[in-house]
Amino acid sequence: MNERTDRLRRASLNAAPSISPERAILVTEFYQSHSGQYSVPVMRAKCFDHLCAHKTIFIGPEELIVGERGPFPKAVPTYPELTCHSIDDLEILNSRPKISYRVDSSCIESYRKTVIPYWQNRSLRDRLFQELPKEWHDAYEAGIYTEFMEQRAPGHTVLDDKIYRKGMLDFKADIAASIAGLDFTSDPAAYARREALKAMDVSCDAVIRFAARHAELAEELAKGEGSETRKAELLKIAHVCRHVPAHAPRDFHEALQYYWFCHLAVITELNGWDAFNPGHLDQHMLPFYQKGVADGALTPESARELMEAFFIKFNNHPSPPKVGVTAAESGTYTDFANINIAGLLPDGSDGSNDISHMLLDIVEDMHLLQPSTNVQVSRKTPDEVLKHALRVIRKGYGFPSLFNADSVVEEQIRQGKTLEDARAGGCSGCVEVGAFGKEAYILTGYFNLVKILELTLHNGMDPKTGNRLGIETGTVERFHSFDALFEAFKTQLNHFVHIKIRGNQIIEQIYAASMPAPFLSVLIDDCIKTGKDYNAGGARYNNTFIQAVGIGSLTDCFSGIRHLVFEKNEVSLVDLVGILDSNFEGHEALRQKMLNKVPRYGNDLDAADGIMVKIFQAAFDAIDGRPNSKGGQYRLEMLPTTSHVYFGSVIGAMPDGRLAGVPLSEGISPVQGADRNGPTAVIKSAGKMDQVKTGGALLNLKFTPALVAGEDGITYLFHLVRSYFKLDGHHIQFNVVSADLLKKARAYPDQYRDMIVRVAGYSDYFCDLTPALQNEIIARTEHQSF
Amino acid sequence: MIPPPSKISAITDGMVFNIQKFSVHDGPGIRTTVFLKGCPLRCVWCHNPESWQPEPEMTVMEARCIQCGTCRDACPEHLFYRDDLSDFTRCYRCGQCVEACPTGARQMAGRSMTVNQVVDQVMKDRIFYDDSGGGVTISGGEPLFQPEFLADLLTALKKRGIHTAVDTSGFCPQDDLVAIARLTDLFLFDIKLMDEEKHRRMTGVSNRPIIENLQELGRIHSHIWIRIPVIPGINDDDDNIQSTACLAASIPGVRQINLLPYHPLGVSKFRRFNRPVLPSDIPGLPEERLKQRVALVAKTGIPTRSGG
Repeated sequence: MNERTDRLRRASLNAAPSISPERAILVTEFYQSHSGQYSVPVMRAKCFDHLCAHKTIFIGPEELIVGERGPFPKAVPTYPELTCHSIDDLEILNSRPKISYRVDSSCIESYRKTVIPYWQNRSLRDRLFQELPKEWHDAYEAGIYTEFMEQRAPGHTVLDDKIYRKGMLDFKADIAASIAGLDFTSDPAAYARREALKAMDVSCDAVIRFAARHAELAEELAKGEGSETRKAELLKIAHVCRHVPAHAPRDFHEALQYYWFCHLAVITELNGWDAFNPGHLDQHMLPFYQKGVADGALTPESARELMEAFFIKFNNHPSPPKVGVTAAESGTYTDFANINIAGLLPDGSDGSNDISHMLLDIVEDMHLLQPSTNVQVSRKTPDEVLKHALRVIRKGYGFPSLFNADSVVEEQIRQGKTLEDARAGGCSGCVEVGAFGKEAYILTGYFNLVKILELTLHNGMDPKTGNRLGIETGTVERFHSFDALFEAFKTQLNHFVHIKIRGNQIIEQIYAASMPAPFLSVLIDDCIKTGKDYNAGGARYNNTFIQAVGIGSLTDCFSGIRHLVFEKNEVSLVDLVGILDSNFEGHEALRQKMLNKVPRYGNDLDAADGIMVKIFQAAFDAIDGRPNSKGGQYRLEMLPTTSHVYFGSVIGAMPDGRLAGVPLSEGISPVQGADRNGPTAVIKSAGKMDQVKTGGALLNLKFTPALVAGEDGITYLFHLVRSYFKLDGHHIQFNVVSADLLKKARAYPDQYRDMIVRVAGYSDYFCDLTPALQNEIIARTEHQSF
Repeated sequence: MIPPPSKISAITDGMVFNIQKFSVHDGPGIRTTVFLKGCPLRCVWCHNPESWQPEPEMTVMEARCIQCGTCRDACPEHLFYRDDLSDFTRCYRCGQCVEACPTGARQMAGRSMTVNQVVDQVMKDRIFYDDSGGGVTISGGEPLFQPEFLADLLTALKKRGIHTAVDTSGFCPQDDLVAIARLTDLFLFDIKLMDEEKHRRMTGVSNRPIIENLQELGRIHSHIWIRIPVIPGINDDDDNIQSTACLAASIPGVRQINLLPYHPLGVSKFRRFNRPVLPSDIPGLPEERLKQRVALVAKTGIPTRSGG
């Protein structure tokens, strides 16, 4: 990183996140004066155009890639038409100790005077909750599932290579052709299509205008600029902004700036989940890089400087904060834009290139919170690319994550996509899979698998509240076999999946009817061709995900019941439920047995892993293939993000030995501390799940830095990854832990039972070592040697 | 009264005290190491004291004990509550306390396993061996202390195409070693001390048969890695390191020399056994000193590495 980049990076790191009321005020003004004048899609597009025409334009000192969503870096706009913050929300955001957003008094005034009075009872969230049935609300409040669309729009999507071939003027021509092709005599939806297309057309002009305003500001700044170098840079920026996004980009700089305008436009139009994402950035940039280097306009250093400037832009954009009770929770600043590195080309050949390595170097060098990065590792990915990624991962920043590109293709083929579309796809957000540039793949909420067992053990009643939420599947006295209990669990599971999906359908249709996304629709095939909005099924593929959480915990719960109740007869199911309800009060020995003597997931033991497979199949059967309201299907995903903590908090003690309120297992990882046979056993256990049937599954492994030290350490990690991917594993991430974490492990051994340390000539569980040896290893780890 | 466990049958059963997966310091690639129980040596720095006796032994992991007393209730002699830790003499190793202990603090070091049982365990990680060029290492204790079982196990693994390594002290009848050599892809051969008298003092046995065995092995086997545990104040002097390197260089099949730095782990494990704590005064080996030792050995021209 050169000195300029370092200054830009520091400026981004030091900027304090704040709430900007500008967008809310502009949107409110527009709705106040234009409501009812246009069809819904055109109204949205005109509103977007109003924003592009009037929002503050920002170009910072020394910047090369320009444009901010707010009036300045880390100023986060709000989206009152979707979800309207209350004064309380704003005050909490301003004052909470973690993940706070500065809110000044003029913002609060604007909200009090202008924004809240208009949007109260009009915001989509207010309407959406009114439309959902009571049973949906009851299950939602009990923590059986969360809801994604109540505060943020359907997003979760990624761009392909189309903007590097076409400018907005080209898209406008496509739109005009599509309108010309409408058949009003035989197509009953022709008017709706025309309005959707008109809206897309308006949004193209809006983005061209937005870029032109940056050109004007750059020219103005150039006039007053003393430094000739900077003056030239500003004029270059103006030149770039006059060319893109109206036209296809001609060079590396224009290509990056073009994407960035699209990114800003998507996240200004609506607050879609996971922001937006350039997808296979290395593949898209390669032709511009090669051309620039060949004709002398670009050097590897100048290309890297532009790319770093581009990365900093992502870091300037914290996620929009939520409203309601959740405002008190800290959340995260990360907005989950996740750049894909390497992977496959649409023709099936290796997609890694020089830029892949450049991106990995940038990740290592800059270690920004955003953007997230991942490496798509296929059989064809050169070993050196994976090893480079592992060297970056070993630094312990948590980036990049690793995905199995071959599985990612196979998963999509199973869902019915074409081979080429699947290969051009990849991963976004956390671990979800999609066909880039051609798909709306919408996450709808986390689903609490373990809570379903708790309800099953109480005949459909929630022991936390005493409310009957589920159906009556029988009191526990009636379960004389493990299979009978499991059948009852499946019945409850199907019941709640049904409730969740019914709610989803309502929400999807509300978005389709009242919150189209015309600009996003321009970018995603085949919205222009079909004249349908992204939120109304216009994308070529439409998968809707439900993310199941806690399969590790649930496996161990079932294993505990099978082992202790039905095999060893150590306790009856009736007594067990009583013991769980009392949070193991007076039954610590039984709890310890569950923790230590029952076959548990993550140890390559078929006795436990077989249960995991059964649960997975039950969840798959309940969800996969059910129709959504956009012509697509429901899919299962195994991803928790942070919901395993919340879900744990709503569940009492369970027969995996977990005490009431404790977090559940995350992703498809074993229960924290349950895996005691090393990383290969975890990989084998997780590999027994048929992950190709998912839309993503998340596995985390934790290592001490010493275990992965040196080239040997990289080689071990390398083979673990390759082997896991041979087993069709979807994703793996390594935590290389610090001495600090070892100290926590020493203080709270129960939470770190699975932490392996290399001792001397053998490896052992850290928590099983004597305090003196633990201290010695803590000291050693800081020296990075063993 | 519960009788002591029957003696193992020599041909089909082996006494195994641990099967360690993701073992990356006992030969090439990702391996599983099978630790066989029983060792004729008594090295003062030994990391694996549970490997000494050929019979199962009771161990207690203090860190896991919650003092619930379940073990005492399960024990026919009502032994082994935490207060009675020292009283091992009346233990028949019936294993009832191990079964009853809810936390896993009580464990039996060593269990009798058939070749097939071991093979089933180690084959679970085959995909990792295949990918990394790894395999199975049989260590101990002294694996040649159970030569028939070792031979059967190696034969069974060979049949399945698994790369095998035997980690030996070299202290065994030469005929057994020769027989095993035909079934083994790689030997990890420990040389601890060159001075015979000192070797006797520090390990309890003479090094003469060890050196003779190495020389014989060098004539019939072409993949040998010499492993030198580097124990501060005991064998890390220039003289010993150099003469060990000299010996290694004279053996034709030696491909690599590994210097294994001493870490004071044995102290921790000895506590689990309730044995008197052995030389806890051996310090750890400083990084710089290890590097110098590696440089000394590397002069032989044989690839030399620190660590496994």
